[in-house]
Amino acid sequence: MENLAMHISNGIINGPVAALFAVIALVAMALAVHRGRQDLDDRLAPMAGLVAAFIFAVQMLNFPIFTAGVSGHLLGGALAAMLVGPWVGALCIAVVLVVQALVFGDGGVAMLGLSITNMGVIAVAVAYLLIALLLRVLPRTPAGLAVTAFVAALVSVVVAAMGFVLQYWLGGTADLGGNLAGLAGTMAVSHLFIGIGEGLITATTVVTVAKVRPDLVYALRARKPVSPASVPAVGGVR
Amino acid sequence: MRRFWGFLAGGLLVALLLAGVVSNFASPHPDGLDSSLREGCTVDADGEITGGSCPAQQEKEHEIGGPLADYGIAGIDNDVLSTGLSGVLGVLLTFALAGGAFWLFRRRDTDPTPQQVDPTQEPLDADRSGTPASSQG
Repeated sequence: MENLAMHISNGIINGPVAALFAVIALVAMALAVHRGRQDLDDRLAPMAGLVAAFIFAVQMLNFPIFTAGVSGHLLGGALAAMLVGPWVGALCIAVVLVVQALVFGDGGVAMLGLSITNMGVIAVAVAYLLIALLLRVLPRTPAGLAVTAFVAALVSVVVAAMGFVLQYWLGGTADLGGNLAGLAGTMAVSHLFIGIGEGLITATTVVTVAKVRPDLVYALRARKPVSPASVPAVGGVR
Repeated sequence: MRRFWGFLAGGLLVALLLAGVVSNFASPHPDGLDSSLREGCTVDADGEITGGSCPAQQEKEHEIGGPLADYGIAGIDNDVLSTGLSGVLGVLLTFALAGGAFWLFRRRDTDPTPQQVDPTQEPLDADRSGTPASSQG
Protein backbone atom coordinates (compact mmCIF):
# COMPACT_ATOMS: atom_id res chain seq x y z
CA MET A 1 0.00 0.00 0.00
CA GLU A 2 3.12 2.17 -0.17
CA ASN A 3 2.23 3.64 -3.54
CA LEU A 4 -1.30 4.81 -2.94
CA ALA A 5 -0.24 8.47 -2.79
CA MET A 6 -1.03 9.98 -6.15
CA HIS A 7 -0.69 13.75 -6.03
CA ILE A 8 2.29 16.12 -5.89
CA SER A 9 4.24 15.54 -2.67
CA ASN A 10 5.86 18.27 -0.62
CA GLY A 11 9.36 19.19 -1.73
CA ILE A 12 8.85 18.40 -5.42
CA ILE A 13 8.14 22.03 -6.46
CA ASN A 14 9.75 24.93 -4.60
CA GLY A 15 7.83 27.19 -2.23
CA PRO A 16 7.55 30.35 -4.32
CA VAL A 17 6.17 28.54 -7.38
CA ALA A 18 3.80 26.50 -5.20
CA ALA A 19 2.60 29.77 -3.63
CA LEU A 20 2.17 31.38 -7.05
CA PHE A 21 -0.07 28.51 -8.17
CA ALA A 22 -1.95 28.62 -4.88
CA VAL A 23 -2.89 32.20 -5.76
CA ILE A 24 -3.84 31.19 -9.32
CA ALA A 25 -5.98 28.34 -7.98
CA LEU A 26 -7.66 30.58 -5.41
CA VAL A 27 -8.56 33.20 -8.01
CA ALA A 28 -9.87 30.50 -10.37
CA MET A 29 -11.96 28.89 -7.62
CA ALA A 30 -13.38 32.27 -6.56
CA LEU A 31 -14.46 32.79 -10.18
CA ALA A 32 -15.89 29.25 -10.25
CA VAL A 33 -17.95 29.96 -7.12
CA HIS A 34 -19.21 33.19 -8.64
CA ARG A 35 -20.16 31.70 -12.02
CA GLY A 36 -21.10 28.25 -10.72
CA ARG A 37 -23.81 29.72 -8.50
CA GLN A 38 -25.90 30.38 -11.59
CA ASP A 39 -25.87 26.64 -12.33
CA LEU A 40 -26.40 25.42 -8.77
CA ASP A 41 -30.11 24.77 -8.37
CA ASP A 42 -31.85 22.39 -5.99
CA ARG A 43 -30.94 19.45 -8.17
CA LEU A 44 -27.44 20.30 -9.37
CA ALA A 45 -26.19 20.95 -5.81
CA PRO A 46 -26.71 17.38 -4.50
CA MET A 47 -25.74 15.99 -7.92
CA ALA A 48 -22.42 17.85 -7.66
CA GLY A 49 -21.89 16.37 -4.21
CA LEU A 50 -22.36 12.92 -5.71
CA VAL A 51 -19.97 13.72 -8.59
CA ALA A 52 -17.27 14.78 -6.09
CA ALA A 53 -17.80 11.64 -4.00
CA PHE A 54 -17.75 9.45 -7.12
CA ILE A 55 -14.51 11.03 -8.34
CA PHE A 56 -12.94 10.48 -4.91
CA ALA A 57 -13.91 6.81 -5.12
CA VAL A 58 -12.71 6.22 -8.68
CA GLN A 59 -9.41 8.04 -8.05
CA MET A 60 -8.62 5.23 -5.58
CA LEU A 61 -8.88 2.68 -8.38
CA ASN A 62 -5.44 2.64 -9.94
CA PHE A 63 -5.51 0.66 -13.16
CA PRO A 64 -2.46 -0.87 -14.86
CA ILE A 65 -1.28 0.76 -18.08
CA PHE A 66 0.79 -0.81 -20.82
CA THR A 67 4.06 0.50 -19.46
CA ALA A 68 5.29 -2.12 -17.01
CA GLY A 69 5.15 -1.20 -13.34
CA VAL A 70 3.17 1.97 -13.88
CA SER A 71 -0.48 2.58 -13.04
CA GLY A 72 -2.94 5.36 -13.64
CA HIS A 73 -6.13 6.63 -12.11
CA LEU A 74 -8.98 8.93 -13.01
CA LEU A 75 -8.38 12.66 -12.64
CA GLY A 76 -12.07 13.40 -13.20
CA GLY A 77 -11.97 16.82 -14.87
CA ALA A 78 -13.84 15.76 -18.01
CA LEU A 79 -16.35 13.70 -16.02
CA ALA A 80 -17.14 16.64 -13.76
CA ALA A 81 -17.38 19.08 -16.68
CA MET A 82 -19.79 16.77 -18.52
CA LEU A 83 -22.07 16.06 -15.57
CA VAL A 84 -22.19 19.36 -13.68
CA GLY A 85 -20.58 21.92 -15.99
CA PRO A 86 -17.18 23.63 -15.95
CA TRP A 87 -17.63 25.96 -12.96
CA VAL A 88 -19.21 23.56 -10.50
CA GLY A 89 -17.05 20.78 -11.97
CA ALA A 90 -13.88 22.68 -11.13
CA LEU A 91 -15.14 23.11 -7.57
CA CYS A 92 -15.87 19.36 -7.32
CA ILE A 93 -12.27 18.54 -8.24
CA ALA A 94 -10.97 21.12 -5.77
CA VAL A 95 -13.04 19.63 -2.93
CA VAL A 96 -11.72 16.13 -3.72
CA LEU A 97 -8.11 17.36 -3.75
CA VAL A 98 -8.56 19.30 -0.49
CA VAL A 99 -10.06 16.24 1.26
CA GLN A 100 -7.23 14.05 -0.06
CA ALA A 101 -4.54 16.49 1.10
CA LEU A 102 -6.01 17.38 4.49
CA VAL A 103 -7.47 14.02 5.56
CA PHE A 104 -5.68 11.32 3.55
CA GLY A 105 -2.15 12.75 3.54
CA ASP A 106 -2.17 12.53 -0.26
CA GLY A 107 -0.48 15.48 -1.94
CA GLY A 108 1.27 18.12 0.14
CA VAL A 109 -0.99 20.81 1.56
CA ALA A 110 1.54 23.38 0.31
CA MET A 111 1.28 21.77 -3.17
CA LEU A 112 -2.53 21.99 -3.34
CA GLY A 113 -2.55 25.02 -5.64
CA LEU A 114 -0.43 23.17 -8.20
CA SER A 115 -2.76 20.15 -8.23
CA ILE A 116 -5.94 22.23 -8.27
CA THR A 117 -4.55 24.23 -11.20
CA ASN A 118 -3.65 21.09 -13.17
CA MET A 119 -6.73 18.96 -12.53
CA GLY A 120 -9.38 21.45 -11.47
CA VAL A 121 -8.60 24.34 -13.80
CA ILE A 122 -6.57 23.11 -16.81
CA ALA A 123 -8.17 19.67 -17.21
CA VAL A 124 -11.71 20.96 -16.65
CA ALA A 125 -11.24 23.92 -19.01
CA VAL A 126 -9.71 21.82 -21.80
CA ALA A 127 -12.37 19.16 -21.36
CA TYR A 128 -15.23 21.64 -21.45
CA LEU A 129 -13.96 23.43 -24.54
CA LEU A 130 -13.77 20.07 -26.33
CA ILE A 131 -17.20 19.03 -25.03
CA ALA A 132 -18.79 22.25 -26.28
CA LEU A 133 -17.12 21.83 -29.66
CA LEU A 134 -17.73 18.09 -30.15
CA LEU A 135 -21.37 18.10 -29.03
CA ARG A 136 -22.02 20.67 -31.72
CA VAL A 137 -20.38 18.55 -34.42
CA LEU A 138 -21.24 14.98 -33.42
CA PRO A 139 -24.69 13.39 -33.63
CA ARG A 140 -26.77 13.43 -30.43
CA THR A 141 -26.62 9.70 -29.96
CA PRO A 142 -25.10 7.59 -27.16
CA ALA A 143 -22.15 6.99 -29.51
CA GLY A 144 -21.70 10.71 -30.11
CA LEU A 145 -21.83 11.36 -26.37
CA ALA A 146 -19.34 8.54 -25.70
CA VAL A 147 -16.87 9.85 -28.30
CA THR A 148 -17.19 13.36 -26.85
CA ALA A 149 -16.53 12.12 -23.32
CA PHE A 150 -13.63 9.91 -24.41
CA VAL A 151 -11.82 12.57 -26.44
CA ALA A 152 -12.38 15.32 -23.84
CA ALA A 153 -11.08 13.05 -21.07
CA LEU A 154 -8.04 11.83 -23.00
CA VAL A 155 -6.88 15.25 -24.14
CA SER A 156 -7.58 16.89 -20.77
CA VAL A 157 -5.39 14.37 -18.95
CA VAL A 158 -2.43 14.86 -21.29
CA VAL A 159 -2.70 18.67 -21.11
CA ALA A 160 -3.00 18.53 -17.30
CA ALA A 161 0.19 16.41 -17.23
CA MET A 162 1.92 19.10 -19.27
CA GLY A 163 0.70 21.60 -16.68
CA PHE A 164 2.81 19.75 -14.15
CA VAL A 165 5.80 19.79 -16.53
CA LEU A 166 5.43 23.58 -16.81
CA GLN A 167 5.32 23.84 -13.02
CA TYR A 168 8.40 21.65 -12.76
CA TRP A 169 10.20 23.81 -15.31
CA LEU A 170 9.37 26.87 -13.18
CA GLY A 171 10.13 25.44 -9.78
CA GLY A 172 11.27 21.82 -9.82
CA THR A 173 13.59 21.07 -6.90
CA ALA A 174 15.81 18.45 -8.54
CA ASP A 175 18.45 19.43 -11.07
CA LEU A 176 17.44 17.55 -14.20
CA GLY A 177 20.64 18.68 -15.95
CA GLY A 178 18.62 20.38 -18.65
CA ASN A 179 16.67 17.20 -19.30
CA LEU A 180 13.19 18.65 -18.86
CA ALA A 181 12.28 17.10 -22.20
CA GLY A 182 12.87 13.68 -20.64
CA LEU A 183 10.38 14.38 -17.87
CA ALA A 184 7.93 15.84 -20.40
CA GLY A 185 8.30 12.69 -22.51
CA THR A 186 7.64 10.21 -19.69
CA MET A 187 4.76 12.32 -18.40
CA ALA A 188 3.25 12.58 -21.90
CA VAL A 189 3.53 8.88 -22.74
CA SER A 190 2.25 7.60 -19.38
CA HIS A 191 -0.62 10.08 -19.37
CA LEU A 192 -1.54 9.21 -22.94
CA PHE A 193 -2.22 5.67 -21.68
CA ILE A 194 -3.85 6.97 -18.50
CA GLY A 195 -5.97 9.21 -20.72
CA ILE A 196 -7.29 6.14 -22.57
CA GLY A 197 -8.41 4.69 -19.22
CA GLU A 198 -9.83 8.05 -18.19
CA GLY A 199 -11.67 8.24 -21.50
CA LEU A 200 -13.21 4.78 -21.09
CA ILE A 201 -14.32 5.47 -17.50
CA THR A 202 -15.69 8.91 -18.39
CA ALA A 203 -17.56 7.69 -21.47
CA THR A 204 -19.05 4.70 -19.62
CA THR A 205 -20.18 6.82 -16.67
CA VAL A 206 -21.62 9.67 -18.74
CA VAL A 207 -23.49 7.36 -21.14
CA THR A 208 -24.91 5.41 -18.19
CA VAL A 209 -26.18 8.58 -16.50
CA ALA A 210 -27.50 9.87 -19.83
CA LYS A 211 -29.50 6.66 -20.32
CA VAL A 212 -31.02 6.73 -16.83
CA ARG A 213 -31.45 10.49 -16.34
CA PRO A 214 -30.46 12.56 -19.40
CA ASP A 215 -31.68 15.69 -17.61
CA LEU A 216 -28.85 15.28 -15.09
CA VAL A 217 -26.10 15.54 -17.72
CA TYR A 218 -25.14 19.22 -17.77
CA ALA A 219 -23.51 18.99 -21.20
CA LEU A 220 -26.80 17.80 -22.70
CA ARG A 221 -28.95 20.15 -20.66
CA ALA A 222 -26.88 23.18 -21.60
CA ARG A 223 -27.88 22.62 -25.22
CA LYS A 224 -31.55 22.44 -24.39
CA PRO A 225 -32.28 26.17 -24.64
CA VAL A 226 -31.90 25.64 -28.36
CA SER A 227 -34.45 22.83 -28.71
CA PRO A 228 -37.43 24.13 -26.68
CA ALA A 229 -37.33 27.28 -28.79
CA SER A 230 -37.44 25.24 -31.96
CA VAL A 231 -40.12 22.79 -30.79
CA PRO A 232 -43.02 25.28 -30.84
CA ALA A 233 -41.86 26.44 -34.26
CA VAL A 234 -42.46 22.93 -35.59
CA GLY A 235 -46.13 23.42 -34.67
CA GLY A 236 -47.31 21.70 -37.84
CA VAL A 237 -46.74 18.28 -36.31
CA ARG A 238 -49.56 18.75 -33.86
CA MET B 1 -38.92 14.28 -7.53
CA ARG B 2 -38.53 11.13 -5.52
CA ARG B 3 -36.81 9.49 -8.49
CA PHE B 4 -34.04 12.07 -8.35
CA TRP B 5 -33.22 11.20 -4.76
CA GLY B 6 -33.37 7.54 -5.71
CA PHE B 7 -30.82 8.17 -8.44
CA LEU B 8 -28.65 10.04 -5.97
CA ALA B 9 -28.80 7.20 -3.42
CA GLY B 10 -27.98 4.68 -6.14
CA GLY B 11 -24.98 6.70 -7.30
CA LEU B 12 -23.72 7.06 -3.76
CA LEU B 13 -24.04 3.31 -3.24
CA VAL B 14 -21.94 2.68 -6.38
CA ALA B 15 -19.28 5.12 -5.11
CA LEU B 16 -19.24 3.41 -1.70
CA LEU B 17 -18.81 -0.02 -3.31
CA LEU B 18 -16.01 1.25 -5.56
CA ALA B 19 -14.12 2.90 -2.69
CA GLY B 20 -14.98 0.27 -0.11
CA VAL B 21 -14.53 -2.97 -2.05
CA VAL B 22 -13.13 -2.51 -5.57
CA SER B 23 -10.33 -0.28 -4.20
CA ASN B 24 -8.65 -3.42 -2.87
CA PHE B 25 -8.13 -4.61 -6.43
CA ALA B 26 -6.42 -1.39 -7.51
CA SER B 27 -2.98 -1.63 -9.08
CA PRO B 28 -0.26 -1.24 -6.43
CA HIS B 29 2.18 0.32 -8.91
CA PRO B 30 3.05 4.04 -8.73
CA ASP B 31 0.91 6.24 -10.97
CA GLY B 32 2.08 8.16 -14.04
CA LEU B 33 3.21 11.20 -12.04
CA ASP B 34 4.98 9.24 -9.33
CA SER B 35 6.77 6.92 -11.76
CA SER B 36 7.89 9.85 -13.94
CA LEU B 37 9.42 11.46 -10.85
CA ARG B 38 11.25 8.20 -10.06
CA GLU B 39 12.85 8.03 -13.51
CA GLY B 40 16.60 7.71 -12.97
CA CYS B 41 16.37 5.99 -9.59
CA THR B 42 16.52 2.30 -8.79
CA VAL B 43 13.63 1.02 -6.73
CA ASP B 44 13.37 -2.15 -4.62
CA ALA B 45 10.45 -4.56 -4.40
CA ASP B 46 8.73 -2.43 -1.73
CA GLY B 47 8.87 0.67 -3.89
CA GLU B 48 11.64 2.28 -1.82
CA ILE B 49 14.29 4.26 -3.70
CA THR B 50 17.65 2.48 -3.38
CA GLY B 51 19.95 4.56 -5.57
CA GLY B 52 20.46 6.75 -8.60
CA SER B 53 19.17 10.29 -8.92
CA CYS B 54 15.60 11.42 -9.59
CA PRO B 55 13.14 14.19 -8.66
CA ALA B 56 11.29 11.95 -6.18
CA GLN B 57 14.33 12.04 -3.85
CA GLN B 58 13.45 15.64 -2.99
CA GLU B 59 10.13 14.54 -1.45
CA LYS B 60 9.46 15.87 2.03
CA GLU B 61 7.15 14.79 4.82
CA HIS B 62 3.48 15.58 4.59
CA GLU B 63 2.38 18.41 6.90
CA ILE B 64 -0.47 16.51 8.50
CA GLY B 65 -0.45 12.79 7.79
CA GLY B 66 -3.27 11.86 10.13
CA PRO B 67 -5.06 8.62 11.03
CA LEU B 68 -6.34 8.10 7.47
CA ALA B 69 -3.02 8.87 5.74
CA ASP B 70 -2.32 6.89 2.56
CA TYR B 71 -5.90 5.61 2.37
CA GLY B 72 -5.75 3.35 5.39
CA ILE B 73 -6.89 3.53 8.98
CA ALA B 74 -4.20 3.72 11.63
CA GLY B 75 -4.43 0.76 13.96
CA ILE B 76 -6.22 -1.59 11.56
CA ASP B 77 -3.68 -4.14 10.36
CA ASN B 78 -5.98 -5.90 7.92
CA ASP B 79 -5.17 -4.21 4.58
CA VAL B 80 -8.52 -5.00 2.98
CA LEU B 81 -10.50 -3.64 5.91
CA SER B 82 -8.21 -0.64 6.36
CA THR B 83 -8.31 0.44 2.70
CA GLY B 84 -12.03 -0.27 2.30
CA LEU B 85 -13.09 1.57 5.43
CA SER B 86 -10.93 4.58 4.65
CA GLY B 87 -12.47 4.66 1.17
CA VAL B 88 -16.00 4.55 2.59
CA LEU B 89 -15.17 7.35 5.03
CA GLY B 90 -13.63 9.39 2.20
CA VAL B 91 -16.70 9.02 -0.02
CA LEU B 92 -19.07 10.01 2.80
CA LEU B 93 -16.87 12.94 3.85
CA THR B 94 -16.48 14.20 0.28
CA PHE B 95 -20.22 13.87 -0.37
CA ALA B 96 -21.09 15.68 2.86
CA LEU B 97 -18.56 18.47 2.33
CA ALA B 98 -19.18 19.07 -1.38
CA GLY B 99 -22.93 18.45 -1.24
CA GLY B 100 -23.31 20.58 1.87
CA ALA B 101 -21.29 23.48 0.49
CA PHE B 102 -23.06 23.39 -2.88
CA TRP B 103 -26.43 23.22 -1.14
CA LEU B 104 -25.61 26.31 0.93
CA PHE B 105 -24.31 28.19 -2.11
CA ARG B 106 -27.15 27.18 -4.41
CA ARG B 107 -29.21 29.70 -6.32
CA ARG B 108 -32.50 30.25 -4.54
CA ASP B 109 -34.83 33.12 -5.32
CA THR B 110 -33.95 33.83 -8.93
CA ASP B 111 -35.75 32.18 -11.83
CA PRO B 112 -38.36 29.97 -10.17
CA THR B 113 -39.24 27.99 -13.27
CA PRO B 114 -42.25 25.72 -12.69
CA GLN B 115 -40.32 22.68 -13.99
CA GLN B 116 -37.96 22.78 -11.04
CA VAL B 117 -40.43 21.65 -8.41
CA ASP B 118 -38.50 19.73 -5.80
CA PRO B 119 -39.37 18.06 -2.50
CA THR B 120 -37.88 21.08 -0.77
CA GLN B 121 -40.57 23.21 -2.29
CA GLU B 122 -43.43 21.14 -0.89
CA PRO B 123 -44.07 23.62 1.94
CA LEU B 124 -44.80 26.20 -0.78
CA ASP B 125 -47.39 23.89 -2.29
CA ALA B 126 -48.92 23.42 1.14
CA ASP B 127 -49.16 27.19 1.51
CA ARG B 128 -50.77 27.51 -1.86
CA SER B 129 -53.42 24.94 -1.04
CA GLY B 130 -54.25 27.06 1.99
CA THR B 131 -54.96 30.09 -0.17
CA PRO B 132 -58.41 30.34 -1.72
CA ALA B 133 -57.14 29.71 -5.26
CA SER B 134 -59.79 27.11 -5.97
CA SER B 135 -63.17 27.46 -4.34
CA GLN B 136 -63.58 23.89 -3.15
CA GLY B 137 -61.48 20.76 -2.92
